[in-house]
Amino acid sequence: MAVKVSMKVNGKAVSEEVETRTLLVTFIREHLHLTGTHVGCDTAQCGACTVSMNGKAVKACSMLAMQAEGADIMTIEGVAKADGTLHPMQAAFKEHHGLQCGFCTPGMVMNAVDFATRHPGASEQEVRESLEGNLCRCTGYHNIVKSIMAGSKAMAGK
Amino acid sequence: MGAPLIGARIQRKEDYRFLTGAGQYTDDVTLPRQTYAAFVRSPHGHAKIKSINAAKAKAAPGVLAVYTGEDIAAAKLGGLPCGWLITDVNGQPMKEPPHPVLAQGKVHHVGEQVAVVIAETLDQARDAAELVQVDYEVLPAVADVRLARAKGAPQVHGIAPDNTCYVWALGDKAAVDAAFAKAAHVTKLDFVNNRLIPNAIEPRAANGSYSRADDAYTLYVASQNPHVERLLMTAFVMGLPEHKVRVVAGDVGGGFGSKIFLYAEDVVVTWAAKQLNRPVKWTADRSESFTSDAHGRDHHTIAELALDKDGKFLAMRVKTTANVGAYLSTFASCVPTILYATLLAGQYTTPAIHCEVTAVFTNTAPVDAYRGAGRPEATYVVERLVETAAREMKMDPAEIRRKNFIRSFPYQTPVALLYDIGDYDATMDAAQKLGDVAGYPARKKASAAKGKLRGMGYAAYIEACGIAPSAVAGSLGARAGLFEAGEVRVHPTGSVTVFTGSHSHGQGHETTFAQVVADRLGMPIENVDIVHGDTSKILFGMGTYGSRSIAVGGTAIVKALDKIIAKGKKIAAHLLEASEGDIEYANGVFKVTGTDKQKLFGEVAFAAYVPHNYPHDKLEPGLNENAFYDPANFTFPAGTYVCEVEVDPETGVVKVDRWTAVDDFGKIINPMIVEGQVHGGLTQGIGQALTEGAKYDSTGQLVTGSFMDYCIPRADDVPMFQVDTRETPCTHNPLGVKGCGEAGAIGAPAALINAITDALGVKDIAMPATPQNVWRTLNQKKAA
Ligand code: FES
Ligand code: FES
Repeated sequence: MAVKVSMKVNGKAVSEEVETRTLLVTFIREHLHLTGTHVGCDTAQCGACTVSMNGKAVKACSMLAMQAEGADIMTIEGVAKADGTLHPMQAAFKEHHGLQCGFCTPGMVMNAVDFATRHPGASEQEVRESLEGNLCRCTGYHNIVKSIMAGSKAMAGK
Repeated sequence: MGAPLIGARIQRKEDYRFLTGAGQYTDDVTLPRQTYAAFVRSPHGHAKIKSINAAKAKAAPGVLAVYTGEDIAAAKLGGLPCGWLITDVNGQPMKEPPHPVLAQGKVHHVGEQVAVVIAETLDQARDAAELVQVDYEVLPAVADVRLARAKGAPQVHGIAPDNTCYVWALGDKAAVDAAFAKAAHVTKLDFVNNRLIPNAIEPRAANGSYSRADDAYTLYVASQNPHVERLLMTAFVMGLPEHKVRVVAGDVGGGFGSKIFLYAEDVVVTWAAKQLNRPVKWTADRSESFTSDAHGRDHHTIAELALDKDGKFLAMRVKTTANVGAYLSTFASCVPTILYATLLAGQYTTPAIHCEVTAVFTNTAPVDAYRGAGRPEATYVVERLVETAAREMKMDPAEIRRKNFIRSFPYQTPVALLYDIGDYDATMDAAQKLGDVAGYPARKKASAAKGKLRGMGYAAYIEACGIAPSAVAGSLGARAGLFEAGEVRVHPTGSVTVFTGSHSHGQGHETTFAQVVADRLGMPIENVDIVHGDTSKILFGMGTYGSRSIAVGGTAIVKALDKIIAKGKKIAAHLLEASEGDIEYANGVFKVTGTDKQKLFGEVAFAAYVPHNYPHDKLEPGLNENAFYDPANFTFPAGTYVCEVEVDPETGVVKVDRWTAVDDFGKIINPMIVEGQVHGGLTQGIGQALTEGAKYDSTGQLVTGSFMDYCIPRADDVPMFQVDTRETPCTHNPLGVKGCGEAGAIGAPAALINAITDALGVKDIAMPATPQNVWRTLNQKKAA
């Protein structure tokens, strides 16, 4: 069965016909062609599909597109400034080598931006715990943790 | 000239793309008129296929085709080849059962591909795949490496009696037996090196297309080595000429070995694209990754070390049974032999070593190279034996190692390798200092005061990287060369594009290789781009594995750069009316020695492309050079890891409290990237020792088939790492580099298990040392 879903994605109103069972991540990748949001497990464990929904990080593989009806969605493509300048969290990942293959990276950044907003000044241990739902097979997390701590500071303007 | 680029922490060129979601991974590629494939896979470990009824699936909405093994047989597609021939102890070739791309009459492991459904949308393909009815007659299965050769074990393949692929041996058995006979002490261990599932976060993916206009194919695939993929697929499976097939491996989300191999799905989508005259895309879901990616490790080993009364190693005897799974994957046969037994000397002067390896088939997914590939298994044998021997002989584990370190180079080991250089004292000393080993007793006391058990463990590993000298590899059974190729294309205005056969899937070649090029040519790094991963752009390539990229691929680029500079000197000599021998090149300037007459690199490049004033009688126009480089020897990175754990005896939880890694990778191009590689490798090694273990039940069901059952390390499973390096430059490549991609995964499991056994006061514990396992071990010890 097809339904129409409408939402805001990266500041732009979008409206598409989808099947009722279409996942939000499929809607973003296949219908909107925003392929920066990745699928690493499709079982809500890896976090590669993380996007921001109404300001909160959510796993787009674990909800239907219909559940985002009317929502304000931001994907990794919407994080940098319009002129291409990186967001402080993205810049921190680059500076601290917080990514290798880049596949987990969009989800890491989306989760980190949400976490840093809600928990400014978090400790290393808290940052590690915030990554419970985001898997990275490349970096050993060392530099991701460093990146998030630095990005957090930069976001708080310190 | 600015600061030197070699050795500089240059931020990565590729990062902007990945950080903004602009990476182009295989699943991101959607072609015009795209169709989607879903595979029907075996739910059984071992079964006969009595019949397949695809009528309902074929009639389902959107379905374009359903193919089974019969279609593959009718199309005369070959099986997947194994790239390395091992000859057994009796001079017989290993057993190579056919490895069909869709099952032929029988399935041999859970997840084996039985049929493929291709439809207009992915949902339609998946829905229809559920409608394919396969009638199986389930057969008894064998999955455990220790049971494969047991009496009455189910036979996986008729052509391999006792499920034996080969029995292979290396070393002087008589010398080993003699040394054991006069040993003052023998340390013996009997253990399983646990089976691992690589789990790159990007699942495997393949998108095949075909153009009738050119009678040519393009395959987009998540691969570590697109040229090898093409060679194997065209020459061995599909019988196509290579120039009709283009393989593109764009951005790849991690490999760790699992994306080296030619997989059935890659062949099926490519073949089907022609049948349907439309592109066919398949992307694994995570369950498919678990059941159909090649796994790693899975050895059962009995190992013995003979020592004299002072702790000098006299000999080592190793007997290993290695599980190769249901079929021989691309490099399966060389991993537990050539890449394993040859490393058993470790960093030590052990004069006699003998190793016998029996490779067995089981009803499990194929087992092949996974980060380290054979070398982690070897290091585990050596470093567990050495640490255990030290404890048994009441010697300091660092001292027993020092007593046996190789100190004069080149050193010929009794297991075929010739180490060119190393300084094992240097890495051991540095690791002890950086890890504050002197402060350990105080930390142990502090832990005890909290009711915790603290332990410390070392691993002093060695690896053979920069794979591989082709002649040596060929004499050992390799069915391929192992050189690398590079091309340096200088553009008319002096900027440079470099094409390399080394694929990057996280390693940062676009940055590291650009540093090498910019440094050699004396130009800003912004003027250099590195291109990899497309057979239509790159002249050739053997790809990325075995920590070979900088040592082999980097050297090929350096050789091509040498040719560029040599030609540039000829052009400059002409322009400057000087003799070629008087031209020197440095910092981007060709200069007549001892004068101020000079031409900039860009001026010379321009002259090569606008050759108005040019030595046409002696030189061709243009400035573009290729090089193929075949290494003279392996490289031998080595290092020492020291780890401290704190165990909670109440819960069995192991906390990795301190980790110090000091590695000798030879010259380092970009320390930031190297440290990242070490962090990642260590974490995979910690995963093996602490959290990861693939388990099949006796019917061949994979019971660890998701991230909930198979635990790859989370951020709070690992500590901040202290890493440092020492440097003995490799003697046989121009950059003095050795490679760094696998070290962490090679050394970490032994160090961690050494620390855990120290904390618990037990001789051994099986990997992974999960809380339950640790708790049980402690209670068994109490009970005993
Ligand atoms: S793809 Fe959504 S959590 Fe893995
Ligand atoms: S950077 Fe590769 S999975 Fe995180």
